[in-house]
Amino acid sequence: MADRKTEGRPRALFPRWLLRSGVTVGSIAVTMLGLLFVTFMIGRVMPVDPVLAIVGDRASAEVYQQVYERLGLDRPLIVQFAIYLGDVVRGDFGMSILTARPVAEDIARVFPATLELATLGTVIGVAFGVPLGVVAAVRRGSWIDQIARVVALVGYSMPIFWLGLMGLLIFYGILGWVGGPGRVSIFYADMVPPVTGMILVDSALDGNWTVFRDALSHIVLPAALLGYYSLAYISRMTRSFMLEQLSAEYVTTARVKGMSEWAVIWGHAFRNIRVQLITVVALSYAGLLEGSVLTEIIFSWPGIGSYITTALLSADMNAVLGGTVVVGLVFVLLNVASDLLYKFLDPRAK
Amino acid sequence: MNAFSKLMSGAALGLSVALTAMPGWAETPANMLVIATRIDDITSLDPAQSFEFSGGDVIRNLYGKLVNFDPLNLEAGFQPDLAESWEVSEDGRTITFTMREGVNFESGNPVTAEDAAFSLRRAVKLNLNPSFILTQFGLTADNVDEMIRVEDGKLKLTTDKAYATSFVLNCLTANIGSIVDMQTVMANEQNGDMGNAWLSTHSAGSGAYRLVSWKPNESVTLAANPDFHEGAPAMERVVVRHVQESATQRLLLERGDIDIARNLNPEDIAGVSGRDGVKIQEELKGYLMYFSLNQKVPELAKPEVRQAFKYMVDYEGMANSFLKGQYTVQQNFLPRSYLGSVDENPFSLDIEKAKALLAEAGVEGLELEIGVREVQDRMEIAQSLQNTFAQAGVKLNITVGTGAQILGRYRARELDVYLGTWGPDYPDPQTNASTFAWNADNSDEAQLTGVLAWRNSWDAAGLTEKVDAAVVENDTETRAQMYRDIQAEFRETSPFAIMFQNIEQSAMSENVANFTTGQAIMDAAYWEVTK
Repeated sequence: MADRKTEGRPRALFPRWLLRSGVTVGSIAVTMLGLLFVTFMIGRVMPVDPVLAIVGDRASAEVYQQVYERLGLDRPLIVQFAIYLGDVVRGDFGMSILTARPVAEDIARVFPATLELATLGTVIGVAFGVPLGVVAAVRRGSWIDQIARVVALVGYSMPIFWLGLMGLLIFYGILGWVGGPGRVSIFYADMVPPVTGMILVDSALDGNWTVFRDALSHIVLPAALLGYYSLAYISRMTRSFMLEQLSAEYVTTARVKGMSEWAVIWGHAFRNIRVQLITVVALSYAGLLEGSVLTEIIFSWPGIGSYITTALLSADMNAVLGGTVVVGLVFVLLNVASDLLYKFLDPRAK
Repeated sequence: MNAFSKLMSGAALGLSVALTAMPGWAETPANMLVIATRIDDITSLDPAQSFEFSGGDVIRNLYGKLVNFDPLNLEAGFQPDLAESWEVSEDGRTITFTMREGVNFESGNPVTAEDAAFSLRRAVKLNLNPSFILTQFGLTADNVDEMIRVEDGKLKLTTDKAYATSFVLNCLTANIGSIVDMQTVMANEQNGDMGNAWLSTHSAGSGAYRLVSWKPNESVTLAANPDFHEGAPAMERVVVRHVQESATQRLLLERGDIDIARNLNPEDIAGVSGRDGVKIQEELKGYLMYFSLNQKVPELAKPEVRQAFKYMVDYEGMANSFLKGQYTVQQNFLPRSYLGSVDENPFSLDIEKAKALLAEAGVEGLELEIGVREVQDRMEIAQSLQNTFAQAGVKLNITVGTGAQILGRYRARELDVYLGTWGPDYPDPQTNASTFAWNADNSDEAQLTGVLAWRNSWDAAGLTEKVDAAVVENDTETRAQMYRDIQAEFRETSPFAIMFQNIEQSAMSENVANFTTGQAIMDAAYWEVTK
């Protein structure tokens, strides 16, 4: 029998990485369960009648009752929730009243449209917002800082509805530089086989550059608009993070050592704000992924924001719940992704 | 060069190529009709289920019916469509239809009397929203196989009573009368649903078009049926795009990316009016705007009070200001262009007369709650009523809610006053007469929630029998006169103040001809359109 001491530390029942992953997955599950429960209950106590949404204004009392029972509304709330939860776990969000299709199929159709728009919007926001914020911080009080402030102020305060319509009027209506509302011109609709549901990606995969160009001409304006709004937020946050770093002693030391200004700003100060910046960008991205309802309405963009809103106004609760779960999941996943990035960028977080 | 650099330079190149080579925007092709409208109300394209406006517009173009209206001559009434002719039995209860020869469904299957029988039976058996249009003839899931049958290649439809033939045939022109391809539909049956799930998103008809796709909240695309029995439509493809915003529809029209914009608000209509290449078409639609007084409120049940309220409305003021171009004054329950409709609008704003009537009834200091849906024009009307009612000494508290909220309370007979709209269900006067002026049982237990008179706790004061008599009157002119008489009495005695009839203004390219939204009676038709 071997001496226990010679075996070193007793082996844990599970490896540490497995435990950590288990905790992460567990916390996601609990969050999602809470979200589902709250949304479900709000949906049930809201003073709208899902039965009327199905049977219409003119149905007789018997038809109303049939549908009431078919929807299971005569059962206790907790039983209804348990049944719904069971279905959701199996990937069944139920049928949408409004579209006569499974909610999962609807979401698979509308979410890629939002994903495409939000991703491009975020890319634009980061590509312009981060440099603008850095320069504004470095040249604090200069004319460029003032311009950055005005740009951000306009971005914060201008109603997106107005800005979107003005953008359409000028760049589509008058100048004709961009495509009009919708994801693609009607002549090109359904021309590329859907793989991801994102037309830019699908047309590139298909090698159909005519459709790609057309889709790009349609997405560029709404994406720029969303990009502008995230730019406003990202540039202000970048500026404030950078100011904090630039006043730190290590920056002065670096300068005294004779390092170039470029290396001081980008090599030292900026490196240290990356972690904070990830949180800001992730939050902004998540906000856009919820679907910007007004942008979607103005640009006739069939995304998840207008899907959930239309469903909510029509008491299509399966669609509302399904959409909310997806948006919640996106938030949680972005949280996990930014946590992972922290570890990658900040050795202290490992 | 690493993979990342390659990707980035590729993306930059792609972007620059795209931005310098944006496609040009031409007008829509000559054989294609592009319409911008709101289609977010479509919940199904199965004619046995669909009961929404946008869905009706699509279905009308996909399916033939036994009898149908000519889109360019609606005044002519029902005409032969898939039925070439019909005969009525001596007892007036059975109509025998002879089918048109040589018409095929989009699948290539011939249209037969069996398909027609199947379609009508299916609509009754499925018992979905619009099924009452057929079941009101005494058809039930149990008896429909006997009441609708095929003999010697002809379709026989038997009703429980000898209804006016015009009533039965008018009802068959509604979308629920669409004839579907039995073989195709049943081949797609799931769990005994008679093809309902499949037909919600597909078409199986013999109409002018077939459904290419319906993308909810995005678009509906139709392709022409070259073998359509009235001749191949000039518009080979019709695309109906969901565009929520009026301003966006206007931009699309002005850029030539669409041919017709159907939901421009009055400001945008004014904006495009008189522009080169754009014309405005106005059509009276079937929607009526009304308010009604719950007869459970004792004061409102007095005849003088009911009448007083009709003098407290600024009909002309509203129609000429914020409702201009959208509504015209109509104080009768039949929309203009219906059989038996009348133009008499005797009420106008007369506060002194209203006050005198209230005093005569001994009513003063009345405070009422009005329920309104959160729709701009209705809220504005409610505010106007609040103002004019106040002048007559009636305090009106406005409760605004979603459609489901307000309708729920209206159907439960809980609101003092309801302000809303009503649209006819099928192109026969019975559709409105049977809800405004008919109430077979006014008790709470009767739960006739679909009947407007019941919702207002009004027993219809003898009009029920007159409506029942009109619906079985076979002489069309006598029948029309009966509805005129019913409306004259209704105007004076009912707790309904009908105020306006809806107008639809469509803005379109000047080269678009023969487009109709179907006026008050029908849905939109695309097959006669030319450009």
